Amino acid sequence: MNSVLQIRLQREYRSDSSFRSATVTAVDANYAKQSEFVLQTVATRRIRFVRLWFTDVQGFLKSVAISPAELETAFEEGMTFDGSSIDGYARLHEADMVARPDPTTFQILPWREQHGVARMFCDIYTPDGTPFDGDPRYVLRRNLRDAADLGYTFYVGPELEYFYFADAGPEPKVLDKGGYFDLTPLDIAQEYRRETIDHLERLGIPVEQSHHEVAPSQHEIGLRYDDALTVADNVMTYRLVVKEVALQHGIHATFMPKPLEDHDGSGFHLHLSLFDGENNAFYEEGSNGLSKLGGAFIAGLLHHAPALTAVTNQWVNSYKRLVEGFEAPIYGFWARNNQSALVRVPTTKRGKPSSTRVEYRSPDAAANPYLAFSVLLAAGLDGIRQNLDLPPEVGTNVFEMSSAERAELGIRRLPQTLSHALDELEQSILVRNALGEHVFDWFIRNKRVEWSRYQHHVSRFELETYLPIL
Amino acid sequence: MKTAVIALYPPEPSAHLEEAIALSGVSVDLVGEEELEKVEALSPMSLLIIELGDQPLRRLRILRRIAEDSMIPILVVAVPDHIAALESERAITDFIVEPLSPSELRTRIGRLVSERGGGDVLAHRDLQLNTATYQASVAGSPVDLTYMEYELLRFFLENPGRVWSREQLLAKVWGYEYFGGARTVDVHVRRLRSKLGEERSAWITTIRSVGYRFG
Repeated sequence: MNSVLQIRLQREYRSDSSFRSATVTAVDANYAKQSEFVLQTVATRRIRFVRLWFTDVQGFLKSVAISPAELETAFEEGMTFDGSSIDGYARLHEADMVARPDPTTFQILPWREQHGVARMFCDIYTPDGTPFDGDPRYVLRRNLRDAADLGYTFYVGPELEYFYFADAGPEPKVLDKGGYFDLTPLDIAQEYRRETIDHLERLGIPVEQSHHEVAPSQHEIGLRYDDALTVADNVMTYRLVVKEVALQHGIHATFMPKPLEDHDGSGFHLHLSLFDGENNAFYEEGSNGLSKLGGAFIAGLLHHAPALTAVTNQWVNSYKRLVEGFEAPIYGFWARNNQSALVRVPTTKRGKPSSTRVEYRSPDAAANPYLAFSVLLAAGLDGIRQNLDLPPEVGTNVFEMSSAERAELGIRRLPQTLSHALDELEQSILVRNALGEHVFDWFIRNKRVEWSRYQHHVSRFELETYLPIL
Repeated sequence: MKTAVIALYPPEPSAHLEEAIALSGVSVDLVGEEELEKVEALSPMSLLIIELGDQPLRRLRILRRIAEDSMIPILVVAVPDHIAALESERAITDFIVEPLSPSELRTRIGRLVSERGGGDVLAHRDLQLNTATYQASVAGSPVDLTYMEYELLRFFLENPGRVWSREQLLAKVWGYEYFGGARTVDVHVRRLRSKLGEERSAWITTIRSVGYRFG
């Protein structure tokens, strides 16, 4: 049977009770059944290539294509690849990594010109069968297990915004302003969006809603909530589908956080909830529908917000979105009906307690979803463990307050640059534990380099402002 | 031999294929090119036999197109000159080379029909689920399911008309080792409905504060 899996299970279930070994057998048998399902489907549907997908630490999707003949071996032993060429995987003494496909994620890709291409997400192991600390999917699995140990399942409903531009050149050219598609009476991008949604639905990624966003050429597709691991996989797929459809129409789609100076950036609003079996743990009758536990979760998010911002907003450009005058939040407070709040508790439909949720609004569409979900969950659970009190709701306009007034209410500003965010991150034991040492250290090193490169850059702003007068 | 409906193209088979078919005791339906264009026309068929004849490239093109939209097994009748061209032709399930032997033809057809699961098909209206190949189809077109979507649909098809709570579905479909929580059921039902398509999504009814019913 599959040796890697067995080794992993031996590690995970070392405490040798009969329950544990029963679980091992069940998990093993399940994996065998699921792999059989995939192998049979590959044969019947005449699949020619199976793409094995995984994600690097910065959230870029990586893919290795294998032929059906190699698939059985991939299930049994995993596929060995050189990890040193993957960002955040490299360690000098252990370059070899093993990717094991997760058969539950097998899907035939709907947009290939030629039929017969499918994909599976992979979990990454070291050659001795240990889950690899640098694999973002494993980081999220580890954090989800923490929630499961407390009896909770973590659900996420993501809204992702993006822009369509005419090409990938350095000057963004919008499609629906400036005459690029002057002759078209309809919003042509609507057609691309519809096609994207079609593909997503065929990939088993249900779409909740979609619309043209505030900024020109900006769109949003909201996905239905699901368990956090599935949603992280879905977000990776979603970003690829959006770009793939754009490519087919000869345009460029981007999740860059803030491509247009005068318009809103692209957010990645996350609707978070914890379920305890069938019960939404954030719901409580009366008290405006929000449970004490939901309040503690929010308190945890607000408490750790500055430290986890480097993860939810990981690029130099991310901080151009978190500025005054646009929809993105810049202050850490919560409210029910205040679009500038970092955390919102959306009004739920009457009689639908199950939809009680917490919306976290600062992340941007270019975050690594596995790591972002990990740190948000860890922050919320910390609020629950420490039984933190929910700070008062802030209904008034925070931008009009003096800094003294904000300080009195305990409202802190989110970090203003990547560098500030990294300073905050570096101090956080919680985020270090949530990401694991390997990812935490690599991330800080890598992002410090990015910041330093940016600091060396003389911008157009400086040239235009200073050159004529100084 | 199992009762199987077999489509044969072109509708005027060569004399020796006609003879081999007659001797093998298999009954076939002759289909024209227009019918081949329609997935629905092929969906009740268990097998498609295509004779490459004197137009091998043209007919290979046709069968490639069929293989894109349909899961029907395709048996090709070839002459020795065609064999090299078949080497990497994934759209073909099997081939047989002339001169034809009626018993070989019969055996190959029999294998293809039974391999492709013949009897293990669950159905509801125009939805079919083949539990031997794990393949689902709606009106003859394949529907790509993940493993858990397949398992849930199979459970529904095997137990129609009854209301199941989320907890029951979790226990019966996901099994005890799953720790994902009952919301998972809602999510999978939503995915299934979406893949079945709008007009069929109502086959799975939500029974408020109880669970789901299929059919």
